[in-house]
Amino acid sequence: MEQKVNKKIAYGLALVALCVLPLYIYPVFLMKLLCLALFACAFNLLVGYTGLLSFGHATFLGGAGYFTGYALKSLGLPFELSVLAGVGGAALLGLAMGGLAIRRQGIYFTMITLALSQMMFFIFLQAPFTGGEDGMQGVPRGWLAGMLNLGDDMNLYYVILAITVAAFAFIVRVIHSPFGQVLRVIKENEPRAISLGYDVSRYKLLAFVLSAALSGLAGALKTVVLGLETLSDVHWTMSGMVVLMTLVGGLGTLLGPVVGAILIVSLENRLGEIGHALARFSGIEFFGTLGQSVTTVIGFIFVVCVLAFRRGLVGELAPMLQRLGRMRRR
Amino acid sequence: MILVFGIPLQVLLTQLLLGLVNGAFYAMLSLGLAIIFGLLNVINFAHGALFMMGAFAAWMGLEYLGISYWAMLVIAPLLIGLFGILIERTLLRWLYRLDHLYGLLLTFGITLILEGLFRAYYGVSGQPYAAPALLSGATNLGFMVLPNYRAWVVVASLVVCFATWYLIERTRMGSYLRAGTERPDMVEAFGVNMPRMVMLTYGFGVALAALAGVLAAPVMQITPLMGSNLIITVFAVVVIGGMGSIMGAILTGLLLGIIEGLTRVFYPELSATMVFIIMAVVLLLRPAGLFGREK
Repeated sequence: MEQKVNKKIAYGLALVALCVLPLYIYPVFLMKLLCLALFACAFNLLVGYTGLLSFGHATFLGGAGYFTGYALKSLGLPFELSVLAGVGGAALLGLAMGGLAIRRQGIYFTMITLALSQMMFFIFLQAPFTGGEDGMQGVPRGWLAGMLNLGDDMNLYYVILAITVAAFAFIVRVIHSPFGQVLRVIKENEPRAISLGYDVSRYKLLAFVLSAALSGLAGALKTVVLGLETLSDVHWTMSGMVVLMTLVGGLGTLLGPVVGAILIVSLENRLGEIGHALARFSGIEFFGTLGQSVTTVIGFIFVVCVLAFRRGLVGELAPMLQRLGRMRRR
Repeated sequence: MILVFGIPLQVLLTQLLLGLVNGAFYAMLSLGLAIIFGLLNVINFAHGALFMMGAFAAWMGLEYLGISYWAMLVIAPLLIGLFGILIERTLLRWLYRLDHLYGLLLTFGITLILEGLFRAYYGVSGQPYAAPALLSGATNLGFMVLPNYRAWVVVASLVVCFATWYLIERTRMGSYLRAGTERPDMVEAFGVNMPRMVMLTYGFGVALAALAGVLAAPVMQITPLMGSNLIITVFAVVVIGGMGSIMGAILTGLLLGIIEGLTRVFYPELSATMVFIIMAVVLLLRPAGLFGREK
């Protein structure tokens, strides 16, 4: 009982912090962070709670980004409809990719999602509406309900915050719903789920489509925030990034992906500065060049996480904190 | 000029040969993936990066040390095979008892490290590498002009593929390997040193990838990213063929290379996506893959 109250207080404090944060930190960076955190949470719904590792989620992030960008820029649709177009498009792509991929299991599932997203990469590269190598630029932000100007960073920030928090609450609700329980059974023991009479394929497909649609929401919002969409969002490296964010934070934990996204995005942005600081501190010149080797550092984190740190930050810390709390109460 | 379906025969045959060259690379790489997966239960994402290292080794050998193509054809697979063994001993072997997915994630991380390092030193532009003098030029066969080097790639990789098939399916050593794939515990009980076999198998698969890299050096742009795009296509090939059979991996690789070549003639817009479309169709009609059995 006491713990539940504590949790509510913690969530409330976090929400207050999120509301005042743009006064201190550049809001566009914060919004990008919120979008990628939502992306990681959506991905975690699939890998952490259903046990399906997709290596093709970049398709949903970037695809929705393109659809929303096209709707806003070329069709001149309002903000709400454009975001909806992105989410719907991502859900349809998810239905197609998931429908094919769940026909195989385990490692094959992962390879199929990777291969299909590579196919989508080539399609987005060649399709005339995406702008190919140049990307899609100058996407207008539009107005919320025709009244609130989203061109203003602060206005947009609170809209994005409201949407991502609502989406996060939705994910939490799904995980704790009977549907979410069935997903967990499938993750733990698929044959048993089948023998209990669950139509496993349909549950997997629904989880996949949900995850794709929510990733699409993240991608759609990201395009609105940045005003552009490029091929790097549909490339397999982006699929790898979301795997890493979730892994670093903790697979199958509620807050892990959020923590992971914050860490990885900040690291990507600040690697140069961190490198210079390290070089000054340790006197080793090599660290000064760290800014140019983001890929290598990311790869290194991947290797360390898989070898030594499989439960992720939240996965390792949460039990520790709980034990601490219990000790203090005694 | 002879026309086939409205396409000049020369064009058709040239594209067919190009497709066959690509197919040969698919075959060598998917063969290595299948052998490694059979024994280690790891999908080696780093296969593409190791292929790239093979090509770079050939280029570096010539550029810095003046070692000829023919010598590198032997040295590069040995060196990179040893590097593979190092990876297996230090990193991969801690993951065998875990879910397959961690093996994929680990080798994905290794791929990023290798690509990142090479990109830091060599950038993304391609390094040129000339075919050896013996194989440069082309032979006029009357109905088509055959570039000698491409013909050599096809012949060499076919020989390597079938030698590997013979080694695994027809020799005593291969029977240990096949037994180890089925029941490692039993094979160990008979006194075979399984950890050593696993190590050598990974080294062998990696050496195959490096050999393919050396073969590819004169026909592809040598860039740090040359491997990762190829490996994703090879994953699709593996899904289509299924990893249960060695011959299946070889044939699927060659076949898809040829189909891709033909697509480039008849419908070039689809040539990049053709393999993936075939994968989708195979998944719909025969989910276990052409030669596959569910593992």
